Amino acid sequence: MKIRKPSKEPPVHPKDSLLRVERIPHIWCPGCGIGTVFGAVMGAIQKSGCDLDRLAMVSGIGCTGRMAGYIRLDSFHTTHGRAIPFATGLKLARPETKVLVVSGDGDLLAIGGNHFIHAARRNIDLTVICVNNLNYGMTGGQQAPSTPFGARTPTSVAGSPEEPFNFCHLAAACGAVYVARWTALHIRLLTNAITEAMQKRGFSFLEVLTPCPSSFGRRNKMGSALDTLKFYHDRSVIRNGIDPRDALLDYDNQIVVGRFVDIERPTFTDNYEAVNLRHAMPSPEPERPQGRRKP
Amino acid sequence: MKYWRKPLDEAAAGKSRGEIVVIVDRCKGCGFCIAYCPRGVLRLSSGFNKKGYHPPEVVNAPKCAACHFCEALCPEFAIYVVEPDTKT
Repeated sequence: MKIRKPSKEPPVHPKDSLLRVERIPHIWCPGCGIGTVFGAVMGAIQKSGCDLDRLAMVSGIGCTGRMAGYIRLDSFHTTHGRAIPFATGLKLARPETKVLVVSGDGDLLAIGGNHFIHAARRNIDLTVICVNNLNYGMTGGQQAPSTPFGARTPTSVAGSPEEPFNFCHLAAACGAVYVARWTALHIRLLTNAITEAMQKRGFSFLEVLTPCPSSFGRRNKMGSALDTLKFYHDRSVIRNGIDPRDALLDYDNQIVVGRFVDIERPTFTDNYEAVNLRHAMPSPEPERPQGRRKP
Repeated sequence: MKYWRKPLDEAAAGKSRGEIVVIVDRCKGCGFCIAYCPRGVLRLSSGFNKKGYHPPEVVNAPKCAACHFCEALCPEFAIYVVEPDTKT
């Protein structure tokens, strides 16, 4: 009988090939959903089998922004709210590269809100993943554009007096070609959605609801991260293909998740090339004589 | 595993079986893998890891059906499933 000696090598996780293992364990709190979403992103990259040299990840500031520092790809951690402008430049300079943008709700849609709507309008070929934890987690849990009405944060101690954004409706209204919303627990559907979004030409947007046990969950008495995950599990209803206007995040009744938009539209690069080609073609009108006419 | 009827190709197809590997020092003890294991294979251990968290431990190894859900859900990349080559 052959006796297998215990290996001296540390165990290797299947996602370690895409992970900067020397930086693990990461900074995210115990139970934070960003790690799960990060795992789904890596799973989708492995599943799609795309060339890793032609793939880049750009992130903004915040907890989710750290994702770019943990992935073993060409990645860049930009300034606050400017992940999409950087990604736009990258995509236009290297059109063959697939560009993933990962960022939190505050970074992407509050500080970077203007960049977001214009990138969607231009239909720049990016895959934007918004990790929505309903507050500014890293800076101490302040109110964000996603904070539900009446939720307590350090900047809204009596409850948020504002109505939150419906990010999916915003993205669809601005012209995104792929819009979906999932929670951190819909991990298989989320992985499939990221794969689909990466293969889609144009501005694809994914919103992922994640627990934030240290900031939002603690102040709103949502219990542990596991309780928040169970809350999402019990309340979420899958409605594929509905108008994102009706895909409400009503935390008292139901959280509508699913794939809402999947359409085709020429991207910015297509339009840019078409316009330049038209410009470069000789005009059909007869050429006007050059120079001054003799009197 | 109990079936409501015996599959016709049971002998040929076999049952999928997995071995769970926990990278103990990466775990932060969130308990996602334990709560969402469909077979109840895992349990919170009483011991501590290097960082002072309770990592999960395997209590019912033969019940693991290699669904890889713990692997997908773990936010710390601390647990994964190995499928042995031979199916039993």
